[in-house]
Amino acid sequence: MAEKQIKNYNINFGPQHPAAHGVLRMILELDGEIVERVDPHIGLLHRGTEKIIEYKNYQQAIPYFDRLDYVAPMNQEHAMCLAIERLLNIEVPRRAQLIRVLFSEIGRILAHMLNVTTQALDVGALTPPVWGFELREELMVFYERASGARLHAAYFRVGGVHQDLPEQLIKDIKEWIPTFNKRLKDIDGLLTPNRIFKQRNVDIGVVSLEDGLARGFSGVMVRGSGLPWDLRKSQPYECYEEMEFEIPVGKNCDCYDRYLIRMYEMYEAAKIMDQCIDKLMAEPVGPIACTSLKVNPPKRAEMKRSMESLIHHFKMYTEGVKVPAGEVYAAVEAPKGEFGVYLVADGSNKPYRCHIRAPGFAHLQAMEFVTKGHLLADASAILGSLDIVFGEGDR
Amino acid sequence: MSKRLEEIAELVSLTLGDLLQTSTIAVGDLAINVARDDIVEVLTRLRDVVTLDFTCFIDLCGVDYPNRAERFEVVYHLLSMSQNTRIRIKISTDEESPVPSVVDVFPAANWYERETFDMFGVLFNGHPDLRRILTDYGFEGYPLRKDFPLSGFVEVRYDDAEKRIVYEPVKLNQDFRNFDFLSPWEGANYVLPGDEKAEQGGKA
Repeated sequence: MAEKQIKNYNINFGPQHPAAHGVLRMILELDGEIVERVDPHIGLLHRGTEKIIEYKNYQQAIPYFDRLDYVAPMNQEHAMCLAIERLLNIEVPRRAQLIRVLFSEIGRILAHMLNVTTQALDVGALTPPVWGFELREELMVFYERASGARLHAAYFRVGGVHQDLPEQLIKDIKEWIPTFNKRLKDIDGLLTPNRIFKQRNVDIGVVSLEDGLARGFSGVMVRGSGLPWDLRKSQPYECYEEMEFEIPVGKNCDCYDRYLIRMYEMYEAAKIMDQCIDKLMAEPVGPIACTSLKVNPPKRAEMKRSMESLIHHFKMYTEGVKVPAGEVYAAVEAPKGEFGVYLVADGSNKPYRCHIRAPGFAHLQAMEFVTKGHLLADASAILGSLDIVFGEGDR
Repeated sequence: MSKRLEEIAELVSLTLGDLLQTSTIAVGDLAINVARDDIVEVLTRLRDVVTLDFTCFIDLCGVDYPNRAERFEVVYHLLSMSQNTRIRIKISTDEESPVPSVVDVFPAANWYERETFDMFGVLFNGHPDLRRILTDYGFEGYPLRKDFPLSGFVEVRYDDAEKRIVYEPVKLNQDFRNFDFLSPWEGANYVLPGDEKAEQGGKA
């Protein structure tokens, strides 16, 4: 019998696929079960954030950053605040720095917890998300108690943070950390040695360091390929310099290494949180925002008594902050990688241009490169380990 | 930090020689301007010279300045992990002149160039697959240009009679309001209604 010619097969992965982590449509060309070509169609969650920000004043622009990577909202705000602060050339008070670092690390746990557990879900494990989401919920309660919102916090402001933390909240986070470590160990014990989880992730999606750098990888993706590069250590911002933590590095460059790094980073994040809290408790009072009234509104009580404060308050919430003309690129080590904001200011109260450099965008474009030659079932494992959130990829 | 940046700027100007047009250090960032047609050569040199080692492609985006002769600026950001420093490279172009694509130098530029094409209509010469990326299938116009209205031109809704999505011109119940909060006392560059006469009176 003559050999039969089989044509390559095209399938649509998404936009409603549960392993697509949002709205991703990928057109996969399959030769049997081997992926030959991947064409991700993104933009289904494009909301024109950059355009909208050009029409908002600086303070109004910050809440839009919550809606980018919506699993770790405050980390995004942080980048925008740093950019504006550098243009204004203002110093953030120490207590505000500690609070920012504390909540950035909470954001890191939020993001990694979601990623690690849903990656397990993508490869067939149902329990980890149920455990992990309970922990995330507790963290979001901390968000709520600090800012009033579980997700879209708008807590980081130009020059500091919006409000001081209640004393009880600081104590509660302190008490929460040991219980978190214990439960993270449970998840660790459930997943890390799991045979099926290993079979699905080890040696899948290998990216060498040179390839990774040329493709604009950052964060966990670069560390997974063996380079100890972390902006918190190499270009420290806020008070990361005085924090003690380690940077995990992978050596096999595969999905499993990236998973292990995320797990380890969660322990480290809890360590940083603990240090922040000790420092916050050691100096229980202090300004939580830049005291210049041109940047931050006066206290409400003052506003009720002093005419000058009332004027400042009115100016602050109508005209907003005026930022001197200039250009700046500010980046933070967001959970997913380097999240940067390129801000062009023209001296008015609105950004002239604000480009958002989202790590997920760069990682997703390597999807074809990484997935080529893998089995169809590996596509979801690789997608999970790239850690994509469409809020930031599509903007 | 700024001393370190000056050293890097020195190295960059040595590396690029005549290709470098201007180089500035502002707000802690090193920025250089080069000619549009030299961009591939510039990025290759910045990447390959060992003392600079800008191997990590960070970002590429456009900026629109409608008043300039060449209205678009294309901005590249590179990072050198071994030198622990960043650089911003700027070129300018207009609607028609294509920019040489840098996909061969940095594969990461692929989607960023597509995005810049999608948002500004900047053309990239030699790009393997210059399609729209973020906007809808069949989208027309370039949304991040300054002359594109914030509300766009069409809106979509599900038509129950036709059982499909339909596109219609945008209808706003209230006109889009762009509030101007700039204080007229602090040098706003326009004349308030009614103030024209005062200006004239002052002169006369």
